[in-house]
Amino acid sequence: MLAAQIVINALVLGSLYACIAIGFSLVWGVLNVINLIHGSMIVLGAYLAWGLYQALAVSPWYVLPVAVPLFFVFGYLLQRLLLNRVISAPVLVTLTLTFGLDLILNNAMIYFFKADYRKLTLKPPLGSVSLFGVVVPVDRLIATVLALALTGLLYILLRRSRVGRAIVAVRLDRDAAVLMGVDVKSIYAIAFGIGAALAGSAGVLMALIFPISALTSTAYLDKAFVVCVLGGLGSVSGALAGGLLLALAEGIGSATIGPAYATTLSFAMLIVFLLVRPQGLLGRKGFE
Amino acid sequence: MTRANLALLILVACLAALPLFGGAYALRLGTMACMYAVLALSWNVVGGFAGYPSFATAAFFGFGAYVTGVLLNAGVSLTVATLAALAGGFLLAGLLGVVLLRLRGHYFAIASLSLVGVLRELVNNATDLTGGGMGLNIPLASGSSILADATFFFYAMWGLLLATALMLVTVSISKLGFGLVCIRQNETAANMIGLNATLYKSMAFGLSACFVAAAGGVYAAWVHYIDPSDVFDILYSVKPIVMTLMGGLGSPLGALCGALLYLALEEVVWRNYIQIHSGVLGLLIVALLLLLPHGIVSLRITGLWRRAKHV
Amino acid sequence: MSEILRLNAVSRRFSGLQALREVTFSVGKGEVLGLIGPNGAGKTTLVNTVCGVTPANSGAIIFDGRDITRIKTYQAARLGLSRTFQIVQPFAEFTALDNVAAAALFSQAGESIKSAREEARAHLAFVGLESQAMQPAATLTLAMRKRLELAKALAMKPKLLFLDEVNAGLNSAEVERATELIHQLASSGITIVMIEHLMKVVLNVCTRIIVLHNGQLIADGTPRDVISNPAVVDAYLGQQYAQRNAAHG
Repeated sequence: MLAAQIVINALVLGSLYACIAIGFSLVWGVLNVINLIHGSMIVLGAYLAWGLYQALAVSPWYVLPVAVPLFFVFGYLLQRLLLNRVISAPVLVTLTLTFGLDLILNNAMIYFFKADYRKLTLKPPLGSVSLFGVVVPVDRLIATVLALALTGLLYILLRRSRVGRAIVAVRLDRDAAVLMGVDVKSIYAIAFGIGAALAGSAGVLMALIFPISALTSTAYLDKAFVVCVLGGLGSVSGALAGGLLLALAEGIGSATIGPAYATTLSFAMLIVFLLVRPQGLLGRKGFE
Repeated sequence: MTRANLALLILVACLAALPLFGGAYALRLGTMACMYAVLALSWNVVGGFAGYPSFATAAFFGFGAYVTGVLLNAGVSLTVATLAALAGGFLLAGLLGVVLLRLRGHYFAIASLSLVGVLRELVNNATDLTGGGMGLNIPLASGSSILADATFFFYAMWGLLLATALMLVTVSISKLGFGLVCIRQNETAANMIGLNATLYKSMAFGLSACFVAAAGGVYAAWVHYIDPSDVFDILYSVKPIVMTLMGGLGSPLGALCGALLYLALEEVVWRNYIQIHSGVLGLLIVALLLLLPHGIVSLRITGLWRRAKHV
Repeated sequence: MSEILRLNAVSRRFSGLQALREVTFSVGKGEVLGLIGPNGAGKTTLVNTVCGVTPANSGAIIFDGRDITRIKTYQAARLGLSRTFQIVQPFAEFTALDNVAAAALFSQAGESIKSAREEARAHLAFVGLESQAMQPAATLTLAMRKRLELAKALAMKPKLLFLDEVNAGLNSAEVERATELIHQLASSGITIVMIEHLMKVVLNVCTRIIVLHNGQLIADGTPRDVISNPAVVDAYLGQQYAQRNAAHG
């Protein structure tokens, strides 16, 4: 049944979108930095999963525990050493800076891996299952579950751990957090590191589903943007809401006006939301 | 007329002499230089004077390229086609501006950036009109020798550069320019003293787009073939900003100098490293922004910096 | 005396907070009206609503015979409504001169940058800032910035001028100076509505006082009547003040 198909697809895709976006959302919400290297970090994570599978036959879910610390360190250092210097600069400077960093990372990936599309095909293939009469490939299902698990982990981290509370405090009111004794510079680096870790992990999961190439980094970035604007910045619930809304809209749009317009549709939704409700479904006003 | 504005016009005038010194290769470089200078100077109206960090330049560049391309294919002359791109760019930006310029800071930057993507996808999908992803072939506008062709297009771009520079100087000494600078410093206060900020911002956006669209049109005629990912390339939005930042003065003269400097670097250093070309561009951007804070010397941008610190 | 401003049952809500409740009063031409009340009473909101910053949700505002309830900020400025801000908002990079010139340039028709600058000099002289004309506004002291605000407001040739706590943050000498300026303005025929906490200044300068409390108008009358009004004493002035003033008569 078409409706069930659209809903199931939306749930699967929506969770994946949320996972793609959550790291980006966190960095934007907490550091007020639009991290344009996010898409490339996702691709890098995908390459990591692909490479380890090709070389050592390690399945992607085992790559996750490797990807998380690796990318965390990468992000932490990047923020601490480079981005921190322009943290209070106008949006023009930070956007252009992350753009430059993305050029470097993206070019490096194309240079080393070439632009050809790679595919991570699991041997033996996992087949599909039937959910409510809809056929869903198992690898996609696993990726969805893991994606939700990752976002769930972040949620717990933000709610329960000291670091998490500090991050939320900085997001809500930077100056008040400083007055409370929070080491904001450190929090910025940690938050960025977490964002990078989430990007890398998302990439590992995406390797199961989508073709891998540095050329796809813009597509991931664009999705992350749209999810953030639709759902609201800096929160897990926002990313989930945004992801779901986007996936649903794309599904319905695909069924009605054709799949070719899917990207246009997401851009158009982005602009409509920016104009009508820039803080997104669940966000708070004031993150200029 | 301030000294900086005068220097700007003199420099533009000097560029006109280029064909006397070089062959087809130099002319090609010169044409690109003029084109990028148009983009950088145009950006100054909305990004420099008004303080709205627009990443939409590529959107209007591509728009102009396609308007001109389609019209040339329909038999219209280059002059008319370019003027159509210019007028169309101004109108499109003016109308979009009313809506987009309600956003500030990050949100405006993102919306303007998304505009590039939206237009690209629209063009991609309008296959009947634009050839879609397969690109658009454009008839040759002038049928003579390579050198004559190169000279023609150089002067076409140079003409646009002159027009842009004159526009910029005029705006900077006019009530519009004065108002834009008010808006940049404090938009609420600007409204309070009777300035119709929405109108002024829209005009600024329109002016920042019209010559860019015309440049896109001349570019399309020059290269004879365009496709969406080629002309709606984000780099056409980012490079002018980098050039302006490089120029270090945040002023029209700085934008022109930055454009010339950037292109010199691009040709001299990177022609030899084509594979890592964009990586080196990235390095330049990072180095520029991190190591040359005194390069961003104008009161304007450091003023923004200071204000941003209080956010 | 003819009326220049009238508010009829004007209300304004900010999602959950009723900032103004059916406020009704009028201002006569040439009056100096004091607008007092405790913090959060809605005084600045009232000014914002009249000037089009936060349009009224219901009610009507008539200025100089014209319905301005739905007006935009810049239109209000051009019609002759001018205001100063509690937290001064100059154009920080501009010189004091250009700050005032900007106000003249955009609120008056037919001005050029040159003529606006000439007028600006005169206004700066009026508030005593001639020697600071070429200084960037960001380098001025608070007292000077307040005077700059005033000069800007005057450059707009207002028919009605809202003064929003011009004396906040000033020492007593500066307050006296400011009060003197207000007297001069009043005598030049500009209608003034001033939000003020310093009762000394209010009683000195105002011909009439209205009192806001929780968004509602609770008193409207001569200074003498208002300060002895028990509702006003309860809400704002306090018993000590009332007794002290009753003693002095």
